[in-house]
Amino acid sequence: MGLKIVVLAKQVPDTRNVGKDAMKADGTVNRAALPAIFNPEDLNALEQALRLKDTYPGTEVSILTMGPGRAADVIREGLYRGADNGFLLTDRAFAGSDTLATSYALSCAIRKMDKYDLIIAGRQAIDGDTAQVGPQVAEKLGLPQVTYAEEVLSADKKKIVIKRRLERGVETVEMPLPGVITVNASAPDCRPRNAKLLMKFKHAKTITERQSESEDYIDLTADRPYLNIEEWSVNDIETDVNWLGLSGSPTKVKKIENVVFQAKEAKRLTPADEEIDELMKELIANHTIG
Amino acid sequence: MNNVFVICEIEEGKVADVSLELMTKGRSLANQLNCKLEALVLGHNLKGIEKELYPYGADVVHIGDDERLEPYTTLPFTSIIVNLFEKEKPQVALLGASTFGRDLGPRVSSALVSGLTADCTSLEIGPHEDKKAGKTYENLLYQIRPAFGGNIVATIINPDCRPQMATVREGVMKKEIYDATYKGKVNNLEVDKILKPEDLVVKVIERHMEKSKVNIKNSSIIVAGGYGVGSKENFAQLEELAEVLGGEVGASRAAVDAGYASHERQIGQTGVTVRPKLYIACGISGQIQHTAGMEESSMIIAINNDPNAPINKLADYAITGDVGEVVPKLIKFYKQNTK
Repeated sequence: MGLKIVVLAKQVPDTRNVGKDAMKADGTVNRAALPAIFNPEDLNALEQALRLKDTYPGTEVSILTMGPGRAADVIREGLYRGADNGFLLTDRAFAGSDTLATSYALSCAIRKMDKYDLIIAGRQAIDGDTAQVGPQVAEKLGLPQVTYAEEVLSADKKKIVIKRRLERGVETVEMPLPGVITVNASAPDCRPRNAKLLMKFKHAKTITERQSESEDYIDLTADRPYLNIEEWSVNDIETDVNWLGLSGSPTKVKKIENVVFQAKEAKRLTPADEEIDELMKELIANHTIG
Repeated sequence: MNNVFVICEIEEGKVADVSLELMTKGRSLANQLNCKLEALVLGHNLKGIEKELYPYGADVVHIGDDERLEPYTTLPFTSIIVNLFEKEKPQVALLGASTFGRDLGPRVSSALVSGLTADCTSLEIGPHEDKKAGKTYENLLYQIRPAFGGNIVATIINPDCRPQMATVREGVMKKEIYDATYKGKVNNLEVDKILKPEDLVVKVIERHMEKSKVNIKNSSIIVAGGYGVGSKENFAQLEELAEVLGGEVGASRAAVDAGYASHERQIGQTGVTVRPKLYIACGISGQIQHTAGMEESSMIIAINNDPNAPINKLADYAITGDVGEVVPKLIKFYKQNTK
């Protein structure tokens, strides 16, 4: 029993490392100015897909990502870890998308992909922390959803049983397929790159990337179709352009402020007995404690 | 029509705190917008639930009571809410940024094509001018939230689509009784007419909910530890200090990840937000993700080896030294001075 699984992955700016030029004048993110990484919870999602592939031979795992050309890195990273193929959705028409416009574009791309049983995504991406795209893709495709998934307990062609991690407990749910799952960071980490797969896929490229390659590369790929990363523009999928990009985004960024600590002068103390004693007397005197 | 709605969450048969906090916020927004505040509650055995909501200023409480709505699953809740919102056309709809709200909110907003802003830390009403389109708007909901790992604060608006939807984490808004004698009315929803078989395809097989034991949110004194505390054993000293002072122990994400404290004690953007009278930060460097959840504390004492730790910029008192040395002294001198 092989399943067809689509993993939604996002290339995100490493938000632990944000510089001054990270935002553009219009309030949208200047992704080019930031180191780009595979969104961490999307890696947890990929691992769940790969485990299903381990358990059910014949399972096919496809990575779907939307972003600029360099987001193809995310697909290669997925191939090195065991994904079978990848799709890059890239077009200026998608620029400025909020979560709803993003979900709409992704759902249109998924509709174009072959029949699928399961869509797995990370719970949320570290650049926005919204956790909206998974449920919105599910809604756009008319599929059921299970969010906050920690482990797939069992699956067959018709249904899947999933353990969810909630704030105050755990829940086991059964969902019919096809359906959408979003995976928590508490799920197992993704396996590392596999050396053989790295060798196999290191020359996997999109059509745009291939254009800047030499003839040797073209020869190399001629009989290796698996080195093709499918690249789709807005013209390759069926969409209503009014629903894409800025015009398809109900939410707008009105204002962006950088976070600065309020300057406040702290009273500096050492651990000396008399200083701690004095502090405690002060706190008791002004009724903060006691 | 065009009122402010709060989608309420039920926890152990009662309206959850986060929903009541949003009722308080929703009431003040409704007063500003000169409209009504309406609450929506779905679940089973909800008799009398409206009485919990009236004191928070609910003009209408919509109740959908059906055994198929307990425990919560996404699809039937979505169908009922979408059905109601298509009729009532709320201008604002709020829900908690809990696993419930973060599962349900995007599904509902996608179905209504309305847009949704997650994890807002502030909600205000204000105007907007779209110079490009030559349009001006009055009374929009400013949905203010940190983004980009807390490095920026963004104000999001939703000029043209309704409802303007936002989720807010527990503890961010303050829960306050509006008027203990306030009376609204109940609207019982016809759940049976709305639900379709395809809404009921996801089944909850098993559920283990732990009663929340710790209540750091309502504690007026918090002793919080970070990764710098160094070990679970050192954390026990913090517990002792908290006990002596009559407070609770909190932790940064790094301390929780290191296994020093349980997840429910986590303070910060991905944990709870607290605003106690006194916050003692032990071995916490002061990353924005943590300070977002405690910066409104009335008084902050920071204990850190590093005199340049960012937390010291927020602190009223910055003690440069070892947590292991300072904390026992705090206990000792507190006891001495309160004898």
